[in-house]
Amino acid sequence: MNGPFEFALALGDDALVAAQRLGEWATRAPEMEEDIALANIALDQLGAARLLLSYAGELEGAGRDEDALAFLRDDREFRNCLLVELPNGDFAMSMVKLLLLSAYQVPLYTALAGCADERLAAIGAKARKESAYHLDHSALWVKRLGDGTDESHRRAQAAVDQLWPYHHELFTADPAAPVDPATLRADFDAVVSPVLAEATLTRPATGWTPGGGRDGVHTEHLSFLLAEMQVLHRAHPGAQW
Amino acid sequence: MYGNDFAPEEDAPGGGLLGQVEAAEVALREAAARTREAAPAPGEDPAAYFADVIDADQKIEPRDWMPDAYRRTLVRQIAQHAHSEIIGMQPEGNWISRAPSLKRKAILLAKVQDEAGHGLYLYAAAETLGVSRDELVELLLDGRQKYSSIFNYPTLTWADVGAIGWLVDGAAIVNQVPLCRCSYGPYARAMIRVCKEESFHQRQGFEILHTLSHGTPAQRAMAQDALDRWWYPSLAMFGPPDGDSTHSAQSMAWKIKRFSNDELRQRFVDMCVQQAEILGLTIPDPDLRWNDERQAYDFTQPDYDELMRVIKGEGPCNRQRMEHRRRAHADGAWVREAATAYAAKQRAESQREKVAA
Amino acid sequence: MSAPSEPPRVPVTSPLWEVFVRARRGLSHTHVGSLHAPDAELALHNARDLYTRRQEGVSIWVVPAGAIIASSPDEKDSFFDPAADKVYRHPTFYEVPDGVDHL
Ligand SMILES: [Fe+2]
Ligand SMILES: [Fe+2]
Repeated sequence: MNGPFEFALALGDDALVAAQRLGEWATRAPEMEEDIALANIALDQLGAARLLLSYAGELEGAGRDEDALAFLRDDREFRNCLLVELPNGDFAMSMVKLLLLSAYQVPLYTALAGCADERLAAIGAKARKESAYHLDHSALWVKRLGDGTDESHRRAQAAVDQLWPYHHELFTADPAAPVDPATLRADFDAVVSPVLAEATLTRPATGWTPGGGRDGVHTEHLSFLLAEMQVLHRAHPGAQW
Repeated sequence: MYGNDFAPEEDAPGGGLLGQVEAAEVALREAAARTREAAPAPGEDPAAYFADVIDADQKIEPRDWMPDAYRRTLVRQIAQHAHSEIIGMQPEGNWISRAPSLKRKAILLAKVQDEAGHGLYLYAAAETLGVSRDELVELLLDGRQKYSSIFNYPTLTWADVGAIGWLVDGAAIVNQVPLCRCSYGPYARAMIRVCKEESFHQRQGFEILHTLSHGTPAQRAMAQDALDRWWYPSLAMFGPPDGDSTHSAQSMAWKIKRFSNDELRQRFVDMCVQQAEILGLTIPDPDLRWNDERQAYDFTQPDYDELMRVIKGEGPCNRQRMEHRRRAHADGAWVREAATAYAAKQRAESQREKVAA
Repeated sequence: MSAPSEPPRVPVTSPLWEVFVRARRGLSHTHVGSLHAPDAELALHNARDLYTRRQEGVSIWVVPAGAIIASSPDEKDSFFDPAADKVYRHPTFYEVPDGVDHL
C-alpha cells in the first residue's frame, strides 16, 4: 500500500474482516455478558470499516461505495493483514488476536488523527477511542486467561505461539503512506509486553514472519470467509437492501 | 377495550406502542408517589398489605411479603421470558455473517446484541425473587423450562430476518407493553426498558420487508414467502386460546397479566393488517376480514396442535437451538473458571499486601 | 450402572453486582439493574456494554456487597463516546411510510 486509496482500503479491510470474525461469536460467547461485549467490538470495527471503505471508494473515483468494495471484490483484491482473517479458534485465540490488532490500531488511529488528510484524521479521532476500549478489554481477558487456571494458561500460551508471527506484517515499512506502519512498532511493544508479562505468557522464539495480505496474497481462510459474507449480495446483482 | 386507557396515539412520542410504554412509565412513577407505609404496620396481616398494594396499582418490591404462588408464577414467567430472549438470538444470529449490506449487518448485530441484553435484564429481575441465574440457566439447558416456541422455526432467507423483526418482535411488544404495568416492580421496570428497545427491532424488520417488497421480483417473492411461513407461528406466540389457558385467571387477579391471550392476539392481527397493506404483502388468510359489529378483524386461528407439538420438542429446530446453547455454555466453562480463579488470586494477593503493610 | 464419564466441571458462580448510572451531568447515579462478573474490572466493562449501549450514561458505579467502584472520569471518552454514532439503535432512525400506525 502507498497512496491514500490503498491505505484507506487496507485499513478498511482489516476492520471489516475483523468485524466479520468477531460477529461469528454472536450467540457463542463463553458468558452472556461477553456476547454483548464482543458484539460491541464487532460493531465498532464494522463502523470504522464502513467509514474507511466509503472514503476509499471516493478516493478511487470509480463509483464504488462501501458495499461494492465489501461484497464485489474477490480475496485477491482484499488488502487486509493475515492476522484478522485467521479463524476464531477458542476464546483465548480470539482475545490474543484482538490484543495484537488493537495494540496496532490504537497508535495507528492516533497518528491518523493528526495527519494532513482531514477525512482520515476524523476517522482516526473516532476510531482511536473505540480501539482504546478494545485494547482494554482484550488485555483484561489475556491477563485473566494467562494467569487463571492451568487450562486457560495452556490455551492462552498456545494462542500467543500461533498468532505472534502474524503481527510482523502489521509493521511493514511504507514511508509513502499517510502513516508509516513501521513507526508504530515501539508503541505496540510498549503496550503488549507488559500485558503478556502480567499474564505470565511468553513470546515464541521463531523467525517466521508470514505476510502478503497487503498485496492480496492471503491464507486459504479468507476465500471461505468472503464466500459466506458475499453470497446473498452477489445472488441479487444490483438489488437494494 | 384494550388500548384506550392510554394516551391518544397521535400525541404519543415515537408512535403508538412506544407511547404506551412511556405512559406505563409515567403511571409507575405516579403510583410510587402515592403515599403508602413502606411496610405493614406491626401486627398488620402481610397478606392484607400485599392485597392493598395490588389493589392500589402500586408495585410489589423484592423484599415485600408475597404469596408463594405469586413468587413461583413470576419466577417461571420471567425466567422463560429471559430464556426466550437468549434462544431468540439464534435464528437471526444465523444471518449476521451473510447480511446483504454493511448497514444491514450493523443493524442486525446491534439487534441480536440487544436480545442478549434483554435476557440479562430479565434474569436480573428474576434473581430479585431469590433464584440464581445459574439455577435458571440450568433449568433451560436441562429442558425443564421452556422458551418461546417461535424460535424453533428456521430462518431460511434474509426476508425471515425482516419477518422476525416485524411479526415476532411485533407480537412480543403487544405481549409486553401491558407487562410494563405488571404488579412486580423489577419486572415492570425491566419490561419498560426492553419495550423501548423492541421498538427499534420492529421498525428495522418492517423496513427490511418494505425494501424487499419494493425491490426485484425475486426479493418480493422472498418477502411474501417469509410472511407465509411466519404468520401463523406468530399468532401462536400469544399462547393457547383463553378456554385452554390454565394460569390466566390468577395471573390477572395478581395484575401480572392484564389481558387474555385472545385479546392480545386480536390486537396484534388488527394492527398487522394495515401494515401488511403498506408493505404490499398478502397475509396468508383467505378468511381475514373486517367485522363491523366487533370493530375488529375476523381471522383464522393458528394450528394449536402444531403449537403443542413444537412446545413438546417436535418443531423443526428445537434440538438445534438447545444443542447450540448447551455447546456455547460448555465451551465457555474453562473461560468462566479462569476468570474466577484469577479473581481469587487477586483477592489473595491484596490480602497478603494488607497483612504485609 | 453408568458409563464412565468425565468428572463434572464444578459450576462457577460469579458474584452479582448492582449497577448505578449517571445519565447526564447534573443528575445523581441511579440504579439501573444488576449483572454477574467475577471481578470489579469485568463488572465495569459488562455494565458499560449492557446498560449504556444507547448512551444512557456518563458514569457508572458497580457495587458488590459493601463496596462501590466508580468508572474513572478520564476513561470517559473511550467508555461512552463510541455509542454516539450508533443511531440505528434508536427507533426514530427508521423512516416509517406515511400512514403506518402501531409501529
Ligand atoms: Fe427482546
Ligand atoms: Fe427484539
